[in-house]
Amino acid sequence: MSTQIGVTIGVELDAAGRHPAAWRLPGARPAELFTAAHWRRLAETVDAADLDLLVVPDSFRLGSSDDRDQRGRLDAVAVTANLAPLTRRTGLVPVVTTTHTEPFHTQKAVATLDFTSRGRAGWQVEVSTTPAEADLFGRKAAAAPEVLWREAAETVEVVRRLWDSWEDDAVVKDLATGRFVDRDKLHYVDFAGENFSVKGPSITPRSPQGQPLVIVPVRDEPSLAVAAAHADVARLEAHDVPTATRWAAGLEGTVLLDVEVLLRRDASEAQDVAAHLDELSPGHGPRALRHVGTPASLVELLRDLPQGVGGAVLVPLDLPATLDLVASDVVPHLGREPFTGRTLRDRFGLPRPASRYAVEATR
Amino acid sequence: MTQRASKRQVHLGAHFPGVNNTTVWRDPRAGSQVDFSSFEHLARTAERGLMDFFFLAEGLRLREQRGRIHDLDVVGRPDTLTVLNSLASVTTHLGLAGTINATFNEAAEVARQFASLDHLSGGRAAWNVVTSSDAFTGENFRRGGYLAHADRYVRAREVLDVAREFWDSWAPDALVADPATGVFARGITEVEHHGAQFDVRGPGLLPRSPQGHPVLFQAGDSDAGREFGATYADAIFTMHGTLEAGVRFTADMRARAVRNGRSGDELKILPGATFVLGDTLEEAKENAREIRFLQVGPEQAVAFLEQVWGRDLTGFDPSGPLPAFEPEVTSDIAQGRTRMTKDPRETARTWRELAAANGWTARELVVEVTGRQQFVGTPEQVAAEIDEYVQADACDGFILVPHLTPAGLDEFVEKVVPLLQERGSYRTEYAGQTLRDHLGLQHPHAVPSVRATA
Repeated sequence: MSTQIGVTIGVELDAAGRHPAAWRLPGARPAELFTAAHWRRLAETVDAADLDLLVVPDSFRLGSSDDRDQRGRLDAVAVTANLAPLTRRTGLVPVVTTTHTEPFHTQKAVATLDFTSRGRAGWQVEVSTTPAEADLFGRKAAAAPEVLWREAAETVEVVRRLWDSWEDDAVVKDLATGRFVDRDKLHYVDFAGENFSVKGPSITPRSPQGQPLVIVPVRDEPSLAVAAAHADVARLEAHDVPTATRWAAGLEGTVLLDVEVLLRRDASEAQDVAAHLDELSPGHGPRALRHVGTPASLVELLRDLPQGVGGAVLVPLDLPATLDLVASDVVPHLGREPFTGRTLRDRFGLPRPASRYAVEATR
Repeated sequence: MTQRASKRQVHLGAHFPGVNNTTVWRDPRAGSQVDFSSFEHLARTAERGLMDFFFLAEGLRLREQRGRIHDLDVVGRPDTLTVLNSLASVTTHLGLAGTINATFNEAAEVARQFASLDHLSGGRAAWNVVTSSDAFTGENFRRGGYLAHADRYVRAREVLDVAREFWDSWAPDALVADPATGVFARGITEVEHHGAQFDVRGPGLLPRSPQGHPVLFQAGDSDAGREFGATYADAIFTMHGTLEAGVRFTADMRARAVRNGRSGDELKILPGATFVLGDTLEEAKENAREIRFLQVGPEQAVAFLEQVWGRDLTGFDPSGPLPAFEPEVTSDIAQGRTRMTKDPRETARTWRELAAANGWTARELVVEVTGRQQFVGTPEQVAAEIDEYVQADACDGFILVPHLTPAGLDEFVEKVVPLLQERGSYRTEYAGQTLRDHLGLQHPHAVPSVRATA
């Protein structure tokens, strides 16, 4: 295991960028946003820059009802899976929501991403709050964040149990007895919670990392509680530093600060582009701290992160321009040592956990 | 040349030999059934062999026998769609087909997943739609969502109807993405569906994918299954052991398609087929026999008999005759797979006669009765036989089921594919980019919408 030395830097990439008007900027290639080529270009930049995380957001929302806004979204597991064979270094983290998706499907999808990325998979937990998302499934009504995050916590719990449900050495291929697996090393999880029950074991053997990295966004008290109890890594979607500092104080493990970024080599140009985007599509204020400026000013921000914060997830408002500058003009100035480990957990200094069922068996 | 060009073309798919009892894990050449390198190897081999598609099955619960997880066959597989999406970036033409169960997935979600695969692969996605009425598998899901057996195809039809509405909910030209006019997308309609299985409402979340709809595969040999396939599917997976049975099945399916307002040729009939090659017929037969006995070890033979006899046969010696006592008529000893036979006592009687007439031990009997359609012979013989099936319209081609992971297709591609090409029955290069192109299927929006008539 070799831990990343220096500040942790991830990026969240959303088609042409988080700003719904970003597709209109020069260089955005909007007709290609739903192609593999678009994602491949972005991922090659991220991987070559040795960034720690590439997060692909997801939801069942179409988003804006305005014809002028970027709309539509590829399934995030599909995107990260597509990128897995094309990248070698960066962790790949799809957002998978817990409100309408079956936990059994989520756990096998992320475990499989861990296989196809050879140990670089993570999972960012998210909930679906809107009636529109609920209507798309027609199974249950929309609910308050407290309710949805309690269900998300149950989902993380059952997903982790399912990841452990095959011990590492369950496949025995024993010629003498004709057994392919040792069924004593496969475990029913027998989870029965408030929202669902799952029998187990998983259909998928234990993945390279044992447990892919679990990331939880923090934006309110319910999500903070889930991050504190269940996350390997928390992302703070705070609008100001005091809030971020207060949340970070309640968290163990790695805490990353979300920063929406729009970079240009010239600060006033960056401001102009940001103002132009807001003019094209008004009403999309920051969902986290926002930094509009130069690579140098972003470097300063990242060198001076709040107490308890170990790094940042940069969310470019526009792509690929801002990402290209992050790679060329920000990362080289952060004094990061090249990562020499193998898995995403290695990057975060997290050991590969033993299966809880194997541990129980040896007690 | 004219005659060559007019020959019916053989279509081939490559089945990943993951979890099943035909996979030989005891062979020292057998590799991992979960590492990505195995999937990549088979997919690259299939693409080198200019095959139409790679096919991946699905599992949602580990099989059990006598209340315990079945431990003799290869167990454990990755998530179908995730593997296919990863394979999309290491292949360029190969179709990517996966089984996804319509019972344990929601229409909006699965429609978007297949549209995503279709976008990311540039039009190479196929969905093998299966349904389950299985409470055993349902225990892994939120609602324990299982169905009355009779409702399986009701559910399947409704899932597909809703999925198609989602795939069509962006107009063909909805993605404008023109910075000059400032219009990103327009013409996105809301799906509004209220049926027995689903109450859903909302817009599709993606622009129309390159194939419009992913290619739809279906398997299921009951009357309801055949009718469903003839109405909805582009390709049918089947198992028909002989040329004559294949001709009958294919004629029946084409006639059903026509009754549903389609052209019979729109339906591609693709049986699963194993193959064993040798330099001579005798060598191939010897190889096949070795493989069968590796597949059916003494433990597998007993496990198979337990499924028919409906009881614990611990201590039974499969190197002797079949059990002398009668099978239990009602039993649920095997979970997660269909019971072999509806009348086990009749089956036992037939098998005892068969074993006695041939002097077979119990294990030898199992080897014989569990054999599937196989092409066994020299590459020349196998190529000729495959061609014969297709020219006789017993099928449009085959889904090859190798017995070895991951190199089980190498020899076929090296030796049989060139002979099919020489016969003028197989492509020498991919003519198009999408799976619809490979299969000769029309874009779904080039033909009138098909509706269930049953």
